[in-house]
Amino acid sequence: MLKDITIGQYFPGDSIIHKLDPRVKILIIALFITSLFFINSFYPYIFILLFISMVVKVASLPVKVILKGLKPLIFIILITFAINIFMTKGEVLFNIGPLTVTKEGLSTAVFMALRLIFLIVGTSLLTLTTSPIALTDGIEKLLSPFKKVGLPAHELAMMMTIALRFIPTLLEETDKIMKAQMARGADFESGNILNRAKNLVPLLVPLFINAFRRADELATAMEARCYRGGDHRTRLNDLKLDRKDIVIFTSMLVFFGLIISTRYM
Amino acid sequence: MNDVMIRLENVTYEYKSYIDDSILTAVNNVSLEVKKGEFLVILGHNGSGKSTMAKMMNGLILPTKGDIYVMGKNTKDEENIWEIRSKAGMVFQNPDNQLVATIVEEDVAFGPENLGIPPAEIRKRVDEALELVEMSEYKKHAPHLLSGGQKQRVAIAGILAMKPDCIIFDEPTAMLDPNGRLEVMNTIKKLNKEEGKTIILITHYMDEAVEADRIMVMSQGEIVLQGTPREVFSQVDRVKELGLDVPQVTELVYELRKEGIDIRNDVLNVEELVDILC
Amino acid sequence: MLIDIKDVNYIYSPGTPFEKKALDNINLQINEGDFIGLIGHTGSGKSTLVQHLNGLMKPTSGSVVVDGINTNEKGVSLKEVRQKVGLVFQYPEHQLFEETIYKDIAFGPKNLGLSDEEVDKRVRDAMEDVGLDFESLKDRSPFELSGGQKRRVAIAGVIAMKPKVLVLDEPTAGLDPNGRDEILNEIKKLYEKEGITIILVSHSMEDVAKLVNRILVMDKGKLVMDDKTREVFKRASELEKIGLGVPQITTFMRKFKEKGNDVRDDILTVEEAKEELMKYLRRKKDA
Repeated sequence: MLKDITIGQYFPGDSIIHKLDPRVKILIIALFITSLFFINSFYPYIFILLFISMVVKVASLPVKVILKGLKPLIFIILITFAINIFMTKGEVLFNIGPLTVTKEGLSTAVFMALRLIFLIVGTSLLTLTTSPIALTDGIEKLLSPFKKVGLPAHELAMMMTIALRFIPTLLEETDKIMKAQMARGADFESGNILNRAKNLVPLLVPLFINAFRRADELATAMEARCYRGGDHRTRLNDLKLDRKDIVIFTSMLVFFGLIISTRYM
Repeated sequence: MNDVMIRLENVTYEYKSYIDDSILTAVNNVSLEVKKGEFLVILGHNGSGKSTMAKMMNGLILPTKGDIYVMGKNTKDEENIWEIRSKAGMVFQNPDNQLVATIVEEDVAFGPENLGIPPAEIRKRVDEALELVEMSEYKKHAPHLLSGGQKQRVAIAGILAMKPDCIIFDEPTAMLDPNGRLEVMNTIKKLNKEEGKTIILITHYMDEAVEADRIMVMSQGEIVLQGTPREVFSQVDRVKELGLDVPQVTELVYELRKEGIDIRNDVLNVEELVDILC
Repeated sequence: MLIDIKDVNYIYSPGTPFEKKALDNINLQINEGDFIGLIGHTGSGKSTLVQHLNGLMKPTSGSVVVDGINTNEKGVSLKEVRQKVGLVFQYPEHQLFEETIYKDIAFGPKNLGLSDEEVDKRVRDAMEDVGLDFESLKDRSPFELSGGQKRRVAIAGVIAMKPKVLVLDEPTAGLDPNGRDEILNEIKKLYEKEGITIILVSHSMEDVAKLVNRILVMDKGKLVMDDKTREVFKRASELEKIGLGVPQITTFMRKFKEKGNDVRDDILTVEEAKEELMKYLRRKKDA
């Protein structure tokens, strides 16, 4: 059951988007998100949709995978929609019981729901086309200028890498301990919330103890492999911007700049 | 002098018990020389001080008394520590808990990255190391999907990429199945015989110890028995008394000799005994 | 008959690209008084089979009946099945969680809803069975113990459920020879004195040869051999073909016989080999 949880949703591929420098991708998505919050009318959404479909096409991502990414958040989208549709005052369209639906409400609700959907889809485009390790590298590099003001960019990236490395191991271990305790008559599936929480103790305690043991052993192994923090460290695959990265980034900068400027037209 | 890889001079390691604060001795006044290119096996039951000794040879912990020299450099000098760790690499028991990265080749690169090697050179070393342990085809794989033996070979590649002269193995096969054990042992033998690496192997398995140039048995922090595999295992009583196994054929010879059969006592494998008895 | 396994198949992730047949038409009966060795290399389906024995996994098709209870039937008490078939996983010390050894061993019996007196008695008995001193250890934290002792606490936690069948998945993994022999001796005692039916999953042919009276061999999800220990180890070349072996001493006797010497080749232990060779040498001397 635990094995069904997928971590990161990288969709491997060989497209130009997959190969783009992760820093460029992160910055483009940042631009994308910023522009979403600047848009105040419906028609710039056309360009957003255009951007999304272009990426999906070029990276040959199946639409199903993208819709799957929306599924867990559908509840939030619906709530946003509901709040906006009922709470906005204006020209009354019709009533449902005590609730009033206005023309402005309907328009705002659709607008906000679309914004949310685009937001989720846009971010998932980044994680779908970028492997976790490239993403971590990208974040480390982007944050490295802030090292001067005390931001531990390398350490954060290292922690992310180790977390990614150990999540599958710990999930497997959880499964194993769960089964071992079930073999001793433990019950994880019935009872009220309080009881269930209590029943988790035989699972969580060994899990934590083992995680600490692992952490200790890993730290020793890292030290034995000459790990001493981020200074003087080189990388196997050092990120380098090439012409393609720069051209794409510049054109995207213009593209989203234009979208943002629609607010002031 | 130049052919000494690691030298221990009257090394003692003491630590405080976390239960009642008493002082315990893990390693007691041990002196030892490991020659370059040697294949040394350290045997001993759990708690005999083997692992502590391994960690001291790599500078992970420092002796309470005495000195340890790796290629002539004292592990106590802080400026030597990175060189010592890259020259005397270490592979641990649990394959899961020594792999850092989410992709095999990134993990192998971890050591050289820490040493500040230029990327092109790292690439070369990673490819060579993976080739040596026969894991090249897995270089883009995620470590958690590999078998125990494969993970352990990746860990070995990670050490090889630092270009060590010596590799210390701390029970590398204890958690593996027979196939995994065989894979790892073959790799270790290859590194010793073909690459000329000095090997220090800590193990419980006597069938692995049989492969060594020299065996050292530890008990209660001291070296209690030393010699070639034949010299050590022919002392069946002593070895058993120390809580260790001998190969079944060696034990058979010992039993037959007790019954008055006159055969030599240093038999280590099936073929030898068949030849002797025929 | 304690456990009856009929036409059992188990398929992982059916209908996906990762589909894998882990158990392939298994038929097997486990009887009271069996001391079974289960061998096969990693991925052969051993672990999957073992988890079917106490209802942790249920067959995709076929049936597993434990002491009259069909684990696949709706509404059956899996707790009862798990009480009847105790399962000790690999590295069981990694599942300890209580503050004291007493409490940890009592976890299983308490889950069975037993009275405090009964729980107390079972904890005492189980600790004695695995060679742990009750008075001096009961209030200690299990985490202060050595690796081998921790493992015994974990095994005691399963024994305290008083199972009819005790399944141990590589109980000696990672232990030194002393620790291994101690655990194996305790298992042997449980079998001989308490009459518990035992299934020992092991990679060590030497240990299996010394202890068990029946061997199950798994390969690629199939049960390829099910016979008396001596009969199974006679089929050395078949075992080698699927990546398994026989004890070194068995190999030696076989090779010795192949050289034209008239000795038995179904030897399992050093003791047996010695007797057989002494007989042989005397015969040779007399002749």
